Amino acid sequence: MGTPSAAGGHPAPLPDRSAGDGYLPHAPGYVLNDGPKLITGRFVHEDSFTLARYESTGGYEGLRAALEMTPAAVHDEVRSATLLGRGGAGFPAGVKWGFLPPGKHPYYLVVNGDESEPGTYKDRLLMERDPHQLIEGCLIACYALGLQQCFLYVRGEMALAQERIAAALNEAYEAGYVGRGICGRDFSVDIVMAWGAGAYIVGEETALIESLEGRRGMPRLKPPYFPAAVGLYGQPTIVNNVETLSNLPWLMVNGADAYKGFGSESSPGTRMFAVSGHLRRPGVYEVEHGVTTFRELIYGDNFCRGIRDGHELKMFIPGGGSAPWFFEDHLDLPLEARPVGAAGSMLGSGAIVVMDDTTDAVRAAWRVVKFFARESCGKCTPCREGTTWLEQILRRILDGEGRPSDIDLLLDIGDNISPGPYPVAAHDGADAVPFPPRQTTICPLGPSAVAPVVSTIRRFREEYESKITRRDPIPLEVVPAGAPQ
Amino acid sequence: MTLSDANEAQAAEIIGWFPRPRSALIPLLHLAQAQDGYLTDGAMRRIAELVGATPAEVKGTAGFYEMFRFEPVGTYLVNVCTNISCLLWGGEELLEHACESLDVEVGGTTDDGMFTVEEAECIAACTEAPCLQVNYRYRGRVTPADFDRLIEDLRAGRAGIAGHGVLAQVRQSIPAERLAGVVPPEQAREAPVWLARNDVEAVR
Repeated sequence: MGTPSAAGGHPAPLPDRSAGDGYLPHAPGYVLNDGPKLITGRFVHEDSFTLARYESTGGYEGLRAALEMTPAAVHDEVRSATLLGRGGAGFPAGVKWGFLPPGKHPYYLVVNGDESEPGTYKDRLLMERDPHQLIEGCLIACYALGLQQCFLYVRGEMALAQERIAAALNEAYEAGYVGRGICGRDFSVDIVMAWGAGAYIVGEETALIESLEGRRGMPRLKPPYFPAAVGLYGQPTIVNNVETLSNLPWLMVNGADAYKGFGSESSPGTRMFAVSGHLRRPGVYEVEHGVTTFRELIYGDNFCRGIRDGHELKMFIPGGGSAPWFFEDHLDLPLEARPVGAAGSMLGSGAIVVMDDTTDAVRAAWRVVKFFARESCGKCTPCREGTTWLEQILRRILDGEGRPSDIDLLLDIGDNISPGPYPVAAHDGADAVPFPPRQTTICPLGPSAVAPVVSTIRRFREEYESKITRRDPIPLEVVPAGAPQ
Repeated sequence: MTLSDANEAQAAEIIGWFPRPRSALIPLLHLAQAQDGYLTDGAMRRIAELVGATPAEVKGTAGFYEMFRFEPVGTYLVNVCTNISCLLWGGEELLEHACESLDVEVGGTTDDGMFTVEEAECIAACTEAPCLQVNYRYRGRVTPADFDRLIEDLRAGRAGIAGHGVLAQVRQSIPAERLAGVVPPEQAREAPVWLARNDVEAVR
């Protein structure tokens, strides 16, 4: 182990993971704490992914309840519950459903299970631990909207999730919950699992559709902005996130009013957050939406129990790798899209990465940028070139080869990907610039790479400067005439 | 023959689940990679015929996706995550240890063809950092000693992990009589019966 630790701190010892204390050995990462469990309630059972366990714990009751209602009434229930999309944008599912143009059949349902945003994992646990809940959610959506075909797209690298979903679909077809004549009704839906092969960009919904059509997963030009207008095979298509759909069974059994009994008025229900980094008890938690604050989540006894011993918070990413970074002055914001957006970032995909005072801000930013440079699909020039330039400049600063003009150059490249004042978190009395950023690209991947750079330059400019004050002259390599290049 | 008889049958079934054959492309490529450990030219040509694309389109599409390989890799592909959450808990050190103990560069394969080590992007196990995957099966909170033990187990065939290319050990299968019916979009212009009936009831 020659090089100093990546982030500046030595990794050992890892947080305690002894069984008990909310940690379930059969569901690594998930922490069962106090609080309402609308979608992770079955995780406590080792066999939660089987049909037998699912049926004995209220499974497919939500579907039966929905089938007793008209499709329009089911849609109304979802709309009145204000179920917000859990994929990142936080758009209300019931409103999105309403964008389907009447009469333009067939409609398709595509489930986005391509979870790859750095720091994010909750869809994977939902697919591995409770695949029937997701299938039931798909069925409820199909019934409400008149969809006969559903494609469940699972991230390529998630072999166990693919296995659990395939097995659950086999059970559900066999038992008459999926396929022809569901529950003895004239309601028929096919659900087919598709799976990817390693491309972050496929999480963007139009890229996902391209991939599902058997092509390179590159985002489509907008407008149209919503696949509900033009989607799979040019037909109206609803793309919903795994966690969003997993809420539907509980919602149909208990009703929108009960659902709104949890969380805040504008963000009801619960949400899963993956909280990782330098914490005493990192984990994936099901949290009441909109009412819990970052401080409670990071420091609360019921959650992560604070920063690892002997250290203090330096910064945190509030909503996955794409989100502008937050600092200690943001700890009292609630886990709710609007206030987080007003403060200059986003709640995104429910991924919070906490970094302590040993973390090198430049190095941490470089690592996130490196991800976006690798994952840029190459369709838009500002992103394809810009993300790579950002990565290379950060790399040379870390290698002691930085130039005094590099900080301005980083900001300038950022401005070419995302023009105008880039969203930054407010601090020291300064105003925040609200999310989302403007962009010169088709999709938000490019602007996402700007987030860590601008966030850290604004807050820790002196860390950048201290790395580039070393000013040895740049060696001039003289190539003799006629020498091979 | 480039796909086994069993895989030809499987491919035909999968194609039948999609409104357009081309949609089966990625699943079929996975089928071929599970069979051979990587994508052979012969398999890609056969798949092109099956989905109605040219061989160039098939290879051009496959090349977009990192998991598809055009050359053999080790029996066990070891993907060590170094993205942000793993970086904070020593992911880079773990990758370095992996390369040192197996005596390979990042991206390299051991001489005996057993192991290929790669640097992975976030694999969605961030609270269990540092983490890795062996043929896309997770190991979390991996210390250097854990890593060495894992390699020993893999060499001894004790880890229960199939060779590279195999993902899910269970495949979806739909009994013909249970399939609701898949047709191209242009043959499905009518509203489904349950929705149509509801409209009538609403009018009444």
